Amino acid sequence: MINLAGRDILHDGPKFVLTGLGLGLLIGVTLSMAGVYRGMIADGRALLDNSGAELWVVQQETLGPYAEPSSLYDDVYRSVLTVPGVSQAANVTYLTMQVRSDREDVRAMVVGMAPGPAGTPGWPPYLVSGRQVTRSHYEAVADIATGFRLGDRIGIRRHEYTVVGLTRRMVSSGGDPMVFIPLKDAQGAQFLRDNDAVLQGRRRTAQNPAFNRAGAPAVLDAVIASQNVSRSVNAVLVTLKPGVDQADVAKAIERWKRFTVYTRAQMEAILVGKLIATAAKQIGMFLVILAIVSAAIVAFIIYTMTLGKIREIAVLKLIGTRNRTIAGMIMQQAIALGVIGFVVGKIAATFWAPFFPKYVLLMPRDSLIGFFVVMVICVLASLIAIRAALGVDPAEAIGG
Amino acid sequence: MKLFRLKGRALVLVGMVLALLAVFVFVALRSGPLAPIAVTLGTVEERAISAGLFGLGTVEPRFTYRIGPTSAGRVNRLLVDVGDRVTAGQLLGEMDPVDLDERIRSQEAILTRSRASLDEAQTREQLAIAEARRYEQLLAARSTSEEIVAARQEARQRAGATVSGAQAEVARAQADRNAISTQRQNLRLIAPVAGMVSARDAEPGTTVIGGQMVLEIIDPSSLWLNARFDQGHAAGLQPGLPATVVLRSHQGASVAGRVERVEPRADPVTEEILAKISFAATPDPLPPIGELGEVNVVLAAKRAGPVVPNAAIHRLNGVLGVWQIFDGDLRFTPVILGATNADGYVQVVEGLATGDRIVVYSASLLDARSRIKVVDQIPGAVP
Repeated sequence: MINLAGRDILHDGPKFVLTGLGLGLLIGVTLSMAGVYRGMIADGRALLDNSGAELWVVQQETLGPYAEPSSLYDDVYRSVLTVPGVSQAANVTYLTMQVRSDREDVRAMVVGMAPGPAGTPGWPPYLVSGRQVTRSHYEAVADIATGFRLGDRIGIRRHEYTVVGLTRRMVSSGGDPMVFIPLKDAQGAQFLRDNDAVLQGRRRTAQNPAFNRAGAPAVLDAVIASQNVSRSVNAVLVTLKPGVDQADVAKAIERWKRFTVYTRAQMEAILVGKLIATAAKQIGMFLVILAIVSAAIVAFIIYTMTLGKIREIAVLKLIGTRNRTIAGMIMQQAIALGVIGFVVGKIAATFWAPFFPKYVLLMPRDSLIGFFVVMVICVLASLIAIRAALGVDPAEAIGG
Repeated sequence: MKLFRLKGRALVLVGMVLALLAVFVFVALRSGPLAPIAVTLGTVEERAISAGLFGLGTVEPRFTYRIGPTSAGRVNRLLVDVGDRVTAGQLLGEMDPVDLDERIRSQEAILTRSRASLDEAQTREQLAIAEARRYEQLLAARSTSEEIVAARQEARQRAGATVSGAQAEVARAQADRNAISTQRQNLRLIAPVAGMVSARDAEPGTTVIGGQMVLEIIDPSSLWLNARFDQGHAAGLQPGLPATVVLRSHQGASVAGRVERVEPRADPVTEEILAKISFAATPDPLPPIGELGEVNVVLAAKRAGPVVPNAAIHRLNGVLGVWQIFDGDLRFTPVILGATNADGYVQVVEGLATGDRIVVYSASLLDARSRIKVVDQIPGAVP
C-alpha cells in the first residue's frame, strides 16, 4: 500500500521540515520553562543536600536559616551534641552579600563553616578543583558560577580571602553561588560592622553619661569591648547516628534545649513550599500559557496544512479513496510533525539550557510527559483538520 | 527519472531524520540527570608531610607599665609625649601638689620650733645638773639641808625628762616633715624602666583618680604576638617551634619568629588555644600594638606515608572515606586519617596504600550507583 502521508511529506519535504523546526523551537521554549521551574526546586534541594545535615537547629519560632533570619549563640552546638542520637553538630552561618574581586563584584551566599575535618556538615561535599580550606582564617572555596579562579584574592567586608578550591552547583535557594569561608571569619563578616560604624558607635557610647562615668573610667572600655563581639551563628547542622529516628531526636532537642528543629522533609517543605512558592507559581503559570499557545499553534499549522492541499484531497475523494485513508494521512502527518517538533525542541532546550544564568534542569520525566502531551495535542488538532478534509466536496477537484 | 529524484529526496529526508534521532539520543543520555558524572582520578602518594598550624594574633608588648598617681589629684605637667623614649628613673610628669608645699613649710616651722624647745630644755637641764652638783658639795660640807639637795636632784631629773620629751618632739616633727616630702615625691611620675611612651591618657589639668593610668610605657624590644589557634587545629603546638609571621601592614612579607609560650589556659568561649610568638629580631619600623598578624607554625615532618588530597575525602553515613573505581564501578573505601598540612594533604593511617587510585574531584555528589566518566579535568573548572 502506498503511504499517502509519506508521499505527501516527500512531495513537500522542505516546507514540512521547516514547519517541524519552527514548532520544535516553540516546544523547546516550553521544555526550558519546565526546566527553569525544576531548576528552582533543584536549587533548593541542592542547598539542603550540600549542607550535609539531617536536622537543622534554629532560633525558636523561626523558619531559619534559609527562609528567615535566625540567630543562636555559637556554643549551642555543644549542648546539642549531648542529645542522644546526635553524631555531629556544627555551627553554620549564611549571608547573601556582595563579594569583591579584581574583575567584578559577585553576589554570593557566604557560608561560614565550622572547623573540623573534611566532611563536616556545612562544608562543600565535593570539589572540582583545588583543595578544601585548611587554615582557620582567610581561605575560601567558591562555586565556579562566581567566576573566581584558584588563587584569586576576594574581598568580603573588611578582609581578603584566597580562593583555594572550587566547587559546583552550590547555590542558595535564590540561585546565588556560594562562597565557603571559615566560621569565625563569617561571623565577623556577618555581625561586625564596618570601621566607620564601629567608630561612630564608640563615639555614641562615649557620649552616653551612663557609660562614660568620671569616677569609673574602665566602664567605657568594657562597654565598647562588649559591643564588638559576635557570638552568633544562624543554625546548627546536625547529623545523626545510623538507625536513629530523625523525629525523635528533633523532638528531644526542641523539648530540652528550647530551639526549633527541622528535619530534612520539613526543611524542603519550607524551601519549596514557602520560599520559592510564588516564583514557582509564576513560572508554572507561564508554562501553562506556553503549553496552550503551543497547542493552538500546532492545531493551526496542521489545519492550514490540510486546507493547503484541499484540492488534492478532493481529487482523492473523487477517485474513490476511502475516508479512513485520508484521515490516516492527515493524522500521520500531524504525528510526524509532533515527533520532529519534540525532537528538535528537546535538542534545542538541551543546548541552550547551560546558557541560562540560573540552573535549568531538564528532567527525563518532564520530557516524557511533554512528548505525550505533544502527541495528544497533535492528534486533537488533526481531528479538526480531518473534519474539514472529510467535509470537502469532491466536485471542488474539478471546480474553479 | 522522477522515481529516482523522489528516491534521492527520500534518502535525504530519512538521513536527516536519522541524524536528528541520533543527536536526540546523544543529548538525552549525555546531559541532564542521566548524564555520567565527570570525575578525575589521583594516586595515593607516599610523602612526608609536616602539618602546619595557622593562627591569628595581635602585636602586644610583653610588659606594659601603666603609670599614674596613687591617689586622686590633678595632673600638673607632663614632660613626655607618645613615642618618646625614656630612661629608667626619668621624670615623666607631676601631679598638682595642691597645699603640700605649704604643709612642708609648716612642718619645717614646727621642726624649728621643737628644736628650739629642745635647746631650751637642754639649757634648763644643764642648769639643773650644775645646781644639783653644787648643793651636793654643799651638803658634803654640811652647809645645807638634805631636803634642799633632794629638791635640786628632783629638779635635775625633771629637766632630763623634759629634754627627752623635746627630743622625741623633734624626731616626730622630723618624721612628719619627711612623710610629707615623700608624699610630695610620690606626686612625681617616674619611669620605672627604659622604654617608649605608648599612651598618654590625661593632659595637664585633668583630674584623675588613684590608680588611673596617665602614661603607658612599653619596652619595644619585648614586642610579641599574642596568637590564637583553633583548638581543632592545634595538635602539636609547643614552645620552641619556628613560626613565620605576616603582619597585615607588610602584606605578603613574612618575618621569622618562634613559639615562645603556649598558654596553660585556653579560651573556652572562642575555643582557641593561646600562644605567644616572639620575633627573631625586633621589626623595624615597630609594628603598632594591636596590629593583626597571621602566624604559620610548621611542625616537624611526620614519617613518610600515604597521603591524599583533602578534596578526595568524603563522609558517607558518618564514615570518612574516599571513592575508588573498581571495574568501572564506584566503591567507598573508609579511611582513618592522620595529620593534615596547610597545602591540603592528609595522611592516611589506614585504608589505602601508596599507589592506589582514588577519585579526587567530581562534578557532583557521588553515590555507589552513580554513572561516571573519568576526565583529566572537570569541565568548567579553570585551574
